[in-house]
Amino acid sequence: MSKSRVVIVRSGRVLSKSKQIDSFVLSEMLKKGLQTLSGDLDFRDTIRRFYSPQDVLGFKVNCLAGKGASTHPEFALAFANLLEESGIKEKNIIIWDRSNEELEEVGFPLNYKGDGLRCFGTDTDGVGYSKDLYEHLNIGSLVSNILLNYTNTQVNLPALKDHSLTGISCALKNYYGAINNPNKYHEDGGDPFIADLNALPLIKNQSRLIICGALTVQYKGGPSFHPVWNEGYGGIIISTDPVALDFIGSQIIDQLRRKQNLPTLEKSGLSPKYIFTAADKNHNLGKASSEEIEKIEINV
Amino acid sequence: MKSLKRREFFKYSLAGAGGALCSNLITKIPFIAIPDTAYALSSTGKLSHVEAKYYKKLEHKEIECQLCPRKCKVGDRERGYCGVRENQKGIYYTLVYGLACSFHQDPIEKKPFFHFLPGTDAFSIATAGCNLNCKFCQNWEISQARPEQTDNYELSPQTVVESALNGSCSSIAYTYTEPVVFYEYMLDCAKLGRQKGVKSVMVSAGFIQPEPLVELCKELDAVKIDLKAFNEKYYQEICRGKLQPVLDALKELKRIGIWYEIVYLMVPTLNDDMRDIRKMCAWMLKDLGPDVPVHFTRFIPLYLLKNLPPTPVSSLEQARKIAQESGLKFVYIGNVGGHEGGNTYCPKCKKILIGRYGFTITQMNLQKGNCKFCGEKIPGIWG
Repeated sequence: MSKSRVVIVRSGRVLSKSKQIDSFVLSEMLKKGLQTLSGDLDFRDTIRRFYSPQDVLGFKVNCLAGKGASTHPEFALAFANLLEESGIKEKNIIIWDRSNEELEEVGFPLNYKGDGLRCFGTDTDGVGYSKDLYEHLNIGSLVSNILLNYTNTQVNLPALKDHSLTGISCALKNYYGAINNPNKYHEDGGDPFIADLNALPLIKNQSRLIICGALTVQYKGGPSFHPVWNEGYGGIIISTDPVALDFIGSQIIDQLRRKQNLPTLEKSGLSPKYIFTAADKNHNLGKASSEEIEKIEINV
Repeated sequence: MKSLKRREFFKYSLAGAGGALCSNLITKIPFIAIPDTAYALSSTGKLSHVEAKYYKKLEHKEIECQLCPRKCKVGDRERGYCGVRENQKGIYYTLVYGLACSFHQDPIEKKPFFHFLPGTDAFSIATAGCNLNCKFCQNWEISQARPEQTDNYELSPQTVVESALNGSCSSIAYTYTEPVVFYEYMLDCAKLGRQKGVKSVMVSAGFIQPEPLVELCKELDAVKIDLKAFNEKYYQEICRGKLQPVLDALKELKRIGIWYEIVYLMVPTLNDDMRDIRKMCAWMLKDLGPDVPVHFTRFIPLYLLKNLPPTPVSSLEQARKIAQESGLKFVYIGNVGGHEGGNTYCPKCKKILIGRYGFTITQMNLQKGNCKFCGEKIPGIWG
C-alpha cells in the first residue's frame, strides 16, 4: 500500500518580526512544495495534475477566527498566481467561506460579479445553501451553493490551529464552513461528524489538493486568536490526503505545545479522534499513522 | 428595513404553520391581526445583540452556557449548539431577541393543550434554533437553522402582545422551534403579556436547567413538554439529548404547580416498545400523578426519518390503553383526525366532557371546570 505524502515547507524568511508575510518567499515555498509533492520538475505540471483550465476552482478558506488565526489572504493570492501561471484563469477561481463579513474582516477583498479573482461568502444575496438536505452517516445539512453550483472542484486552504472542542482545526474541519449547521457537530470532539461530513460524496469527490497555512499557528486557545499562544511557524503543509495532513498538523500543534511546556492535546483531553475515524474502513478518507505517511520537510 | 405588506406577511407566516399541515386537519382559517406598521422584514444577517441570561464567564474569553443541560463551552466568536447564542469577546449574546422567524394564530388545541382554555386561539411565535436535533423534526427548516438563514421579522414583546390582543388571542404560545433557545425574548413577552392580561404557554422539549425553568414559570401559565422517549439511547441517538434532565424538568413543573401536559410522539420501531410505555406511565403516575394529560401522537415521516412509515393507529391505541390501565386519567391520541382518543372523558362517569374533531371543539360539557353530568372536578385551566 502506498504511503500518503505530506510535504512541510518552512522558511525563516517568510515572516517578518511583526509577522508580515513576504509574498515572494511564500510563492517560492509553494512552488517547492508542489514539486516535492509530485516529483515534478515544474510546479505547473503538478498543478495540471489536479486542475484544468475548464475547472472552476473553489478556494475553501477558513476565516471564522478573524485576523491572526485564519487563512492568510496573501497565502490564497499567492496560490492563485501560481494557478494563473499554469493556465487557469483567475475568473475561474472563487475564494469562499460562509460569510462576507468574516472574509472581509480577515482581509479578503469581496468580488461577487466583477472581473478577476472572485471572492464571496455563502451568505451573499442569491447564493445561500442548497434547498435539499444532504444526508450522510450522522450528518444532515444544507450545503453551500458555492460548493454545489458555483464550483466543480476545491482547493482546501485551511489554517492550522488548536480547537478547544475538536482538538485541532485544519483540513477536515474546514468543510464545517460549507454547511448550514456546524454548531450541531462539535459534540464529542466532532467525532464522527467531521469524518462523516468529509465522506459526503459531494465533498469527497471535489477534494483534490490541500494547502494548509501554517505561517502562524494557534497552538493553544483556538480556534480564536490569542497572540500569546500564536507562533510564527513560517510553514505551509501540502498533501492530497486530508487525513494525513491533519495527522501531521496535530503533531505540529503538540510540538509547539511541548516547546512552551504546555500539555499535549492528548493530555489536555483534546486528542482529535475524528482523524482516526476518518481513516477507518467506513470512511477511508486517508491515512492516520506515521507508518503510512511519508512526511517530507524542506526549508526554503 | 422594509415594511412588510399584509399579503407578504401571510405568505411568510405560513412557514410557521408547517407543523399544522402535517399534524392534523386545519379547521380554522388563520387570521393574522398585527398592526400594519408594527413589523418589518429584517434583512439577512441582521441579528439581535442582547446579552444572554444564564451563562458563566471562563478564562480566555470562553463562556459556559447554563441555560440548558448541554452546558456548551463556547470560545470567542463561536456559538453554542443551538446556533442562536454567540460569544463575542467573552460576553454571551442572544442573536434572536425580538426576531421571530415564524408567527401565526393557532387554536390552542394545535399545541396541543386540551386542558387549557379550550376553543381559544394562541398567538404563536418562534425564532430560529434548537438545542436538540431530532431526526423527525417537522420544522427542521427553522429549528435547525441559524438565524441568518431564516427570514426574520422584528416583533418586539410589545408588538407580540398587541398582536395577541388584536387577534383576540387568550394566550401567546412560544412554539414551532425550541423556545428555550429564545429564553430572554420569551420571558419578556410573557411578562408583558401578563401585565396586559394575555397568558403565555411554552411548547418545549423540556431540555432546560432547573434555575432558568423556575424563573420562567413565574411568568408562564402552562407548559407542554415533548417527552421524546423513555430511554436514554433514543434521546442520544435520535434527538442528541438526554432523558434525565427532561424527567427532572417535569418533576420541577409538578413541584412548581404550573399547568402542564405531555406529548409523546410515537415513532415506529424506535420508541414504540410497549414495555417502555408501561415503564413511562408507571413513572408518570408515581412522580407526576394521575391528572397530567398525556398525548400519544402520530409520527409522519420527515427530515432525517423519511424511511419510516407513519405510526399505525393501533400502536397509539395500545399505548393509550396501557396508560389508562396504569391509572392516568387523561390520555389522548393525536394527529389522527376524528379519533375518539381526541376527546376528553370524565374519569368518573366516563361521558364526553369535551368533544373534538381535529382542532375544533364539537361538544363542551364542562361547567366551571366540573363535569356537567356528575360534577367531577376536572384538572386544568378553564377560564
